[in-house]
Amino acid sequence: MSLFSVKDLSVRFDTPDGVVEAVKGIGFDINPGECLGIVGESGSGKSQTFMAAMGLLPPAGRAEGSVMLNGQDILNLPVNKLNQIRCDDVGMIFQAPLTALTPHLRVGQQMREVLQVHEGLQGSAARARCLEWLDRVRIPEAKRRLDQYPHEMSGGMRQRVMIAMSMLCSPKLLIADEPTTALDVTVQADILDLMVRLQKDEGTAIALITHDMGVVARMCDRVQVMRMGAFVEAGDTREIFRTPKHEYTRTLLEAMPRIDAGDAPKALDKSEEPLLRVDDVKVHFPIHVSGGLFGRKVPLKAVDGVSFDIRKGETLGVVGESGCGKSTLARAVLQLIEPNAGNVSWLGQPIVGLKRSELNKYRKDLQIVFQDPLASLDPRMTISASIAEPLKTYRPDLTDRERKEMVAEMMERVGLNANMINRYPHELSGGQNQRVGIARAMINKPKLIICDEAVSALDVSIQAQIVELLRELQQEFGLSMIFISHDLSVVRAVSNRIMVLYLGRIVELGDGELICSDPMHPYTRSLISAVPIPDPDVERSRQRLKLPGELPSPMDPKAALRFLPSRLAAGQTDYVPRLSEVAPDHFVAEHDPLEVIMGRA
Amino acid sequence: MLGKSQKAAHLAEDITDFTVIQGRSLWQDARMRFVRNKAAMASVFILVLIVLFTILGPYFAVWSNEEIDWNVMGDVRGMGMPSVESGHFFGVDDLGHDLYSRVIQATTTSLLVGLIGAATALIVGTCYGIAAGYIGGRTDGVMMRFVDILLAIPATLVIILLLVVAGRSFFMLFIALGAVGWLTMARIVRGQTLTLKNREFTPAARAAGVSEFTIMYRHILPNLLGVVIVYASLLVPEMILTENFISFLGLGISEPYTSLGRLIAEGAGTMAYGTLWQLMYPLTFYVAIIITMFFIGDGLRDALDPKDR
Repeated sequence: MSLFSVKDLSVRFDTPDGVVEAVKGIGFDINPGECLGIVGESGSGKSQTFMAAMGLLPPAGRAEGSVMLNGQDILNLPVNKLNQIRCDDVGMIFQAPLTALTPHLRVGQQMREVLQVHEGLQGSAARARCLEWLDRVRIPEAKRRLDQYPHEMSGGMRQRVMIAMSMLCSPKLLIADEPTTALDVTVQADILDLMVRLQKDEGTAIALITHDMGVVARMCDRVQVMRMGAFVEAGDTREIFRTPKHEYTRTLLEAMPRIDAGDAPKALDKSEEPLLRVDDVKVHFPIHVSGGLFGRKVPLKAVDGVSFDIRKGETLGVVGESGCGKSTLARAVLQLIEPNAGNVSWLGQPIVGLKRSELNKYRKDLQIVFQDPLASLDPRMTISASIAEPLKTYRPDLTDRERKEMVAEMMERVGLNANMINRYPHELSGGQNQRVGIARAMINKPKLIICDEAVSALDVSIQAQIVELLRELQQEFGLSMIFISHDLSVVRAVSNRIMVLYLGRIVELGDGELICSDPMHPYTRSLISAVPIPDPDVERSRQRLKLPGELPSPMDPKAALRFLPSRLAAGQTDYVPRLSEVAPDHFVAEHDPLEVIMGRA
Repeated sequence: MLGKSQKAAHLAEDITDFTVIQGRSLWQDARMRFVRNKAAMASVFILVLIVLFTILGPYFAVWSNEEIDWNVMGDVRGMGMPSVESGHFFGVDDLGHDLYSRVIQATTTSLLVGLIGAATALIVGTCYGIAAGYIGGRTDGVMMRFVDILLAIPATLVIILLLVVAGRSFFMLFIALGAVGWLTMARIVRGQTLTLKNREFTPAARAAGVSEFTIMYRHILPNLLGVVIVYASLLVPEMILTENFISFLGLGISEPYTSLGRLIAEGAGTMAYGTLWQLMYPLTFYVAIIITMFFIGDGLRDALDPKDR
C-alpha cells in the first residue's frame, strides 16, 4: 500500500483577474522508503501541489480532490489536526533556509519546541534528542550549535538544521521543496548525500521538488514531470533519462548543460596584445568588528591579487562558490568599484584611477549584464528607454528617429517583439527582462561583455535560450566575454578558458575542457566532482572528492591557506600561495598533496 | 484617382505603423493614467473652479473687503445673513465686513500660502535629500546632522525669528513656511534615495556611461516621486494651518487682509450666536481645497507608478 497518495487534486486561486488554475487534477503515489522527484519549471504548480496537500495554501487558494496519508484523507482538514500530522508523519524542508528558521530564537529552542508540541518531551530529554539529530545530520560541534542563532550559521548549516528539525519526530515522508537551490554545489552535494543516507537508514520516503535534472538523477527512484499544473510524463528515473517520451521532458533534458559533455570551446591562441589585462587587482572592504571601546576595522579581502588577461573573441568563465569575490572582481574590472591596488588595462591603456569623463570613453566598449534582470532595470522606464540609455551617452549625434530604429533593431535581434517598446520591466517575464539587459549592453557594439550570473535566476529552458543568444551575438560581433557563474556546467558550455576563484584568489586557470575533465587543484577537483550530472547511471557511480570542513569565511586569515596546511603548521599564516604554470596556459595555485589536506580532518 | 487612393493607403499605413511603434515616456503614460482617474480629474475640476472664483469673483462683489457696512453692524444676526438684495452674498462677519469679498481674498491667500509653501518644501527638500542620500558618506552625515539640528529647534521659533528680523511681508511668510517644511521632506527623500541607490539599476546606468547627475534626475527622482507627491499633498493643509497660527500671533497676515484659517476661527467663535454662515462659507472652501489636494496627490502617485496600469 502506498504511503502518500494524491488523487485528482486541483488547486485554484481567486485573483482579481479571475480564477487561476495552478494544479489541474493530478494524481500520484509515494511508496514507503522511496524517493519521488517532481520536476518542473517555475510556475508549473509543483510547490502548490504539496502546499495544498499540507493545508498551507494562502487564503485565496482552494484545493479539491483527495490526499491520502496512511489511508486517511488529509486534504482540507482543520488546522489543529493538520498540525499533528505535519511533523509526526510528514516533515517539510523549504528552499530558503534563512527565512524558514525564526531569526530571534536559538536553534536548540526551535527544535525543542517541536518536540514539546508533538511528543510532550521537555528538558534534558528533549535536548539530548536534538543533539542526537544534529549529530546525525553531521553538524560539527553540535553542542555549541544548539545555543546559536540562525544568522550565526552558513546556508548549508541552516539547511541541515532544517532537515534535523523536520526529522525530529521520525516522519515517514519528507517533503523537500527545492532544498538545495540556494546553496553552493559542494554544499548541495553534502545535503543530497545526507538525504540519501536518511532515506536508507530511517526508511523515510522523500518527495523531492526541484527544477534541476542533475539532482533528480542523483536522488530519485521515480520522476513526475510537471508542466502548467499537469503531469506530462511519469516513470522510472533511468527510463525517463534514457528514453524521454514527452516533448517537454526531452527539451528539459536537452536544455540541461552537462559538465562531462566534452564539447567545450577550445582555448584561443595567445595573441600579441590582450584586449584586457588585469594585473594583481585587490579589493578590500573595511569591516567593522566589535572589540575594544570603539571596535576596529578589519579589511575583508574580497579580491586579493587576481591577474588574468582576455584575448580578442574569447570567453573567460569565472567560477567559485558564494563569497569568493566573483561579482566584486567584475565590478572592479569595470571600475564600478575602485580597486585598492593593482592595475586594469584596456588595449594597453591603464584605466584604473581615471576620471569619470575619461573612463566613459572606455565604458562604451566594456559592458555588463547583471544577475537579477528585474532589479537591474529602472522600474519607471519603459524597456526601450532603458535600452536607448547608453546610446544617449555615446551617440548624441543620433536623432530620435534613428535611435528608435536602432533600439527596435536590437530588440528584434535579442528576440523581443518590437511592439513591446512601451512595456515596463514588471510586465515582462524574467527571461524577457534579461534579453532587455543584454540588448542594453549590446546596443553600442562593445568589445567586452561581463555576464555576472546573467542566467542564474532563470529556468533551465530559458537559460539555454539566453546562453544560445549570447553565443550568437559573440559570433556576430566578435566580442569577448567574461562569464561569471556558480554553475560549472553552464560555464563549461560557453567558456574557452575557465578561472576558478577561492576566497578572492585564483586557484586554477586554464583551458575550459581541461579544467573540467582533468582538474589539478584539490579545490577545483572537489567543485567538479560535486556538480550533478543529469544521467542517473553516470551520476550514481561517480566518486565525490569531499574536502574536510565547510566553506570558510573570508574574514578568517587561516582560511586562505586551506590547501597549504604545511605552511599553516609552520606558522606562516600570511604566506601567499604562488601561481605556477604547470602546462602552457594552465596555471595552478601552490597546494599541498591531496593526502596532506585530507589528512587534516 | 486610383493612384491617389493608393498613395492615401500608403500614407494611412505609415501613420498606423508609426502609432504602433511610437515610444511613450513615463510622463506621457502618467498623463494618460491621470486623465483616466475620475476622482483625481473631478478634484482638478473643483480646484480650477475655486481658482476661477477667486479671479472672477471680485467683479461681482458689491462691497470691498475693507468696507464696513454700518447698517448691519448692530444687528448681524438679524440683518447680516447671506442675501442677494443687500449685496452680501455670503453675509457679513461680526464686524460688518462683507464675507463674500473676504472669503475670496482669504481663499487666494490660503491657496498661495499652501501651494507655494508646499512647493518650496518639495523642491528644496527633494534636492537636498537626493544630494545627501546619493553622495552619501561624510557629506551625507554633515547634511543630515544640519537637518537634525534645525528640526530640534521649534519651528515656530524659527518662523517668528525670520519674520521679526526680516520684517513682515507676504514674501517673507512664504520663505519662513518653506524654511521649516523642507526638513521632514529632506529626510524622507534621503531615506528613499539610499534604498534606490543600492538597487542594481544604478550601477547598470553607471556602466552605461550615464553621469552621476543624470542618474539622480533620470533614475532616482522618478522612482521616489510617488512618496514625495503624497507627502506634498499632506503638506498643503499643514502650511495653511501653520499660517493661521502665525497670524494668530500677529506676525502673519493682518487686517484688512485675512486667510481661511482666521475666518474659520472667527466663525467658530460666533457659532453660538446663530450666525452659522460665518463658519460655513470659509469652512466649505477650506475643506474643498484640502480634499481635492488629497485626491490629486493620490492620483499623481498612481499615475506615476507604471505597475498600476
